[in-house]
Amino acid sequence: MASQPAWMNSLFTYTGSTSFSEFLGAHAPSLLPARNESLAAPVGDEIPHATTIVAATCAGGVVMAGDRRATSGNIISQRDIEKVFRTDDYSCMGIAGTASTGLELARLYRVELEHYEKTEGRSLSTEGKAHRLATMIRGNLPMAMQGLVVVPLFAAYDPARDQGRIFSYDVGGGPYEQTEFHSIGSGSIFARGSLKKLYRENASPQDTALTCLHALYDAADDDSATGGPDVMRKIWPVVAVITADGYRRLPDEEVAEFVESMLERRMTAPEGPTAPLR
Amino acid sequence: MSIPFGGYASPEQIMRDRAEYARKGIARGRSVVVMQYADGILFVAPNPSKALHKISEIYDRIGFAAVGRYNEFESLRLAGIRYADINGYTFNRNDVTGRGLANLYAQHLGMIFTESIKSFEVEIVVAEVGDGPEDDQIYRITFDGSVFDEQGMAVIGGQAEAVGGRLKERYSEGLPLPQALDAALAALTEPGGERPPATQLEVAVLDRGREHRKFLRLAGPRLEKLLEASREGQEAAAQPAAEPATSEEAQGGQAPGATPPIAPEGEIDTGSGE
Repeated sequence: MASQPAWMNSLFTYTGSTSFSEFLGAHAPSLLPARNESLAAPVGDEIPHATTIVAATCAGGVVMAGDRRATSGNIISQRDIEKVFRTDDYSCMGIAGTASTGLELARLYRVELEHYEKTEGRSLSTEGKAHRLATMIRGNLPMAMQGLVVVPLFAAYDPARDQGRIFSYDVGGGPYEQTEFHSIGSGSIFARGSLKKLYRENASPQDTALTCLHALYDAADDDSATGGPDVMRKIWPVVAVITADGYRRLPDEEVAEFVESMLERRMTAPEGPTAPLR
Repeated sequence: MSIPFGGYASPEQIMRDRAEYARKGIARGRSVVVMQYADGILFVAPNPSKALHKISEIYDRIGFAAVGRYNEFESLRLAGIRYADINGYTFNRNDVTGRGLANLYAQHLGMIFTESIKSFEVEIVVAEVGDGPEDDQIYRITFDGSVFDEQGMAVIGGQAEAVGGRLKERYSEGLPLPQALDAALAALTEPGGERPPATQLEVAVLDRGREHRKFLRLAGPRLEKLLEASREGQEAAAQPAAEPATSEEAQGGQAPGATPPIAPEGEIDTGSGE
């Protein structure tokens, strides 16, 4: 019995809240991604960074897309990293910033939502999900101050309103609800400019996915840390669509079709589609 | 523990009394049926409450069913969810197994049975759905911490013996969902009695065809439709279904070989040498 982890003793007796991360914090704090440790020197530049994520609402839902590049300074540390995660049936999150902390955070957040759902027998409200993520980001603030910044973008289909919703965060938490579209990460400035011109209200999920792919392409065009579609290796951006039917990650073949049609268009118009002036 | 009036009670007597007490409490409620069907595992419980569940999801592939005292099995359920979530988060999602969970429950219930004045008045089932029917697992855990590795089906609580007997008559391997539900309801209904309506039922499945989380609660219109399908199937195939069911059941029962499966109506291992 002596060798078992301390949390084993708390399984049957814990009567705290339904939050999984609070249970971890009380009985197994070492498993939390946020730690109050100080680094001897900032390591932000050497640790792989995840880059651009875009999200836009569409008719009856929301679309999120992320490029596949992770960088350490000027090195491309991974070409096919995935930064958009399903968190439950009706929500997903994308991460930008320190990749390792972000991956762990996404994993914990998924368990957090499920844990509530299983113990309470109902899903958290969309606002509840967004608030919970804010608290978890705030928990990482000490590490963020040392250079391990991670910022998520949260998108969900809200069954109560029958529409997609997007929430953004900063290192101190949030959430900030965004209407229509948003982007995060190093290429986000360029992606947002692109989205601003190409976003159409109530477009179909397919059209919105294409809009997001154009935005990612524009980000990759101007930001060295954002990866464009890798035609040689067939590495395509991750595109997730959430509607009343639930979360669906578009299969690679489908994304490949979108990307090919986009590239074909850009062969003749490298700057991509233009928005009508009048 | 207070010493009874006579001044001495033998350990055998104490254990027997505790087991008797627990068994009485468990038999008071309604039975719950857990059984394999073609695409996974089906849970059926007569339960008029919409809020107080007897059936629950524990993890991606693991479901939980319980009878007895609500506050006691609810604490077991929550502990199971914590155990599964913390293990899945520490290692990987497929490192959470039904066997591990069944052992955790067995250990805890066994400890309570021997150390507490009152044992838990619960009986639970932990079921895990595998990639194929041969990988499905159904564990029944009794109030004293005994674990039974059930083959194909398990009945807990209420008149478990009678319900198990009726279920055995209709059960066969690989039943489609409507037929499996029909078999479960027939088993849960006393001969000549009326079947409970959808509003009085708690039904869930672990469907191996689902992505991510296999557990799915069936309620409302979905359950109504399923009940209708099971009623139609019952009327259409009442005659031809009867015979293959019994013969297949016999084969299924013998197939595992060396250790015969413990029937749900078998003697409960009370640990008291009864």
